[in-house]
Amino acid sequence: MDVTLMLWIDAALTLMILSFLYRDNPFYKFAEHLFVGVSAAYLMAVGFWDHLVPNLLGKLFPSLMSGVVPGAVGRSPDYYYLIPAVFGLLLLTRLIDRWAWLSRWALAFIVGGAAGFNLPRFLDSDFIIQVQSTMIPLVVLDASGNLLWGASFSHVVLVLGVICGLVYFFFSVEHKGVLGHVSRAGIWVLMVTFGAAFGYTVMARISLLTGRMEALGAWLGSIF
Amino acid sequence: MRIPDSILHIDRRIIFLLIGAAVCIPLILKPRFQDSPTPIVQSIFDTVERLPPGSRVFLSFDYGPDTAPELDPMAKALVRHTMTRGHEVSFFTLFPEGVGQIKKITDSLLPLEFPEKAYGRDFVNLGYKAGLGGAINTMVVNFRTLVNADAEGTPLDALPITADVDEMVDYVIILSLTAGDPGLKEWIQFAGDIAGIPVMGGGTAVVAPELYPYYPQQLVGLMGGLKGASEYESALVDRYPAFRNAPMDATMRMGPQVVTHVLIVLLVLLGNLAYFLGRADRAGRTGQGTQAGRRP
Repeated sequence: MDVTLMLWIDAALTLMILSFLYRDNPFYKFAEHLFVGVSAAYLMAVGFWDHLVPNLLGKLFPSLMSGVVPGAVGRSPDYYYLIPAVFGLLLLTRLIDRWAWLSRWALAFIVGGAAGFNLPRFLDSDFIIQVQSTMIPLVVLDASGNLLWGASFSHVVLVLGVICGLVYFFFSVEHKGVLGHVSRAGIWVLMVTFGAAFGYTVMARISLLTGRMEALGAWLGSIF
Repeated sequence: MRIPDSILHIDRRIIFLLIGAAVCIPLILKPRFQDSPTPIVQSIFDTVERLPPGSRVFLSFDYGPDTAPELDPMAKALVRHTMTRGHEVSFFTLFPEGVGQIKKITDSLLPLEFPEKAYGRDFVNLGYKAGLGGAINTMVVNFRTLVNADAEGTPLDALPITADVDEMVDYVIILSLTAGDPGLKEWIQFAGDIAGIPVMGGGTAVVAPELYPYYPQQLVGLMGGLKGASEYESALVDRYPAFRNAPMDATMRMGPQVVTHVLIVLLVLLGNLAYFLGRADRAGRTGQGTQAGRRP
């Protein structure tokens, strides 16, 4: 496509979306619907050509798909893939009220399979190794035995922050006395975390706005 | 309406205009803010720098055009660095929209800045693979089951860069640029923690806070948002002054970031000041009313 035309479409759609900042209007609605439609169509096309064709049709009918699936030439059909094909079709029974219950079998397989597949990885990476990462020395010394103040302070903050945060979410005992103070410190830890996340979110949104403003600048540059 | 109340009920469109001006004016004036790499970014740079030339690097573009303003600068900086060091780069994506992002780099940046680099010898595009974390798991278990050709359908054996690649562990590092799931987190869970391949990369500023807990044990380094990209660019320019005149997108975009953040901090302070002044004002008026009511 012509670069100038692309710039005009880019700028027009950006301005249509930004017009919502003033108030809702038909131009914004048009751009919004166009975005949803194009995204859905793109993902549908990708789903067919990158998911169904190589992972199912290419396995069941390799000779038929040899032109579009690399490595399918000379391969014999793998009929085990009829099982996922049937499960996939069962999902579509949701569209027919009388047979909709059949889709639960496929959903049950998806939920069970995903849980079984992900559980060991999450348990290992997000729990055990994370616990290990918190078991660190509070006093950090260099090779000569000198105290590293910065590293030691970081470790103390990390360990105390984790303990205070955990105590805040420990509801089996009433948060009174020492536990109450630690729990209150936990709230502060959480607030600091949320504040940092908010700061990061601002940075992300401004980055995106900067990208759009640069695009509008390029469009204006092509005119003047 | 009193001043504190008028500030608290300011038309939000005025805020939008102020933010717009805070972004546009620095883009026009182009102020430069010198950045220096923090340890978490420096460790990525040092790892790439220490690898011997010709090392196989796996670079996954796990993002689409919606987050390109944040992640494209990281992609460019990493490509410039790996290519300058003479590494062999395999581009890949777990995002359907990532295909276009890879194409943007291989079709524009590489021919322009590294014309001597050849496709199939110095870099390759392995394209998009569906399956989220499952795709990574399959690649770790049996790489060729999932990836047996490049994005154009050329068999891996026909390309010098991938002819010897049989397993995921044939790559010395995994770099991922992440906009969400799947991304760095999945690369850590399904490749780094299982196969022991060092994982590092960058994430959008929204994703970055979720990734920091993995550093340094499971994640070698992280570029968090545009700031992280800017730090990497500064490390690159410091080490390779030839890039001093190259367009460093993140460094340029830090101008709007700085001005907008200052503006937002001022608006937060102003909002709080107006709130407390308004409260004191209301309390004063209530007190006067009560006293007036007690007069005989």
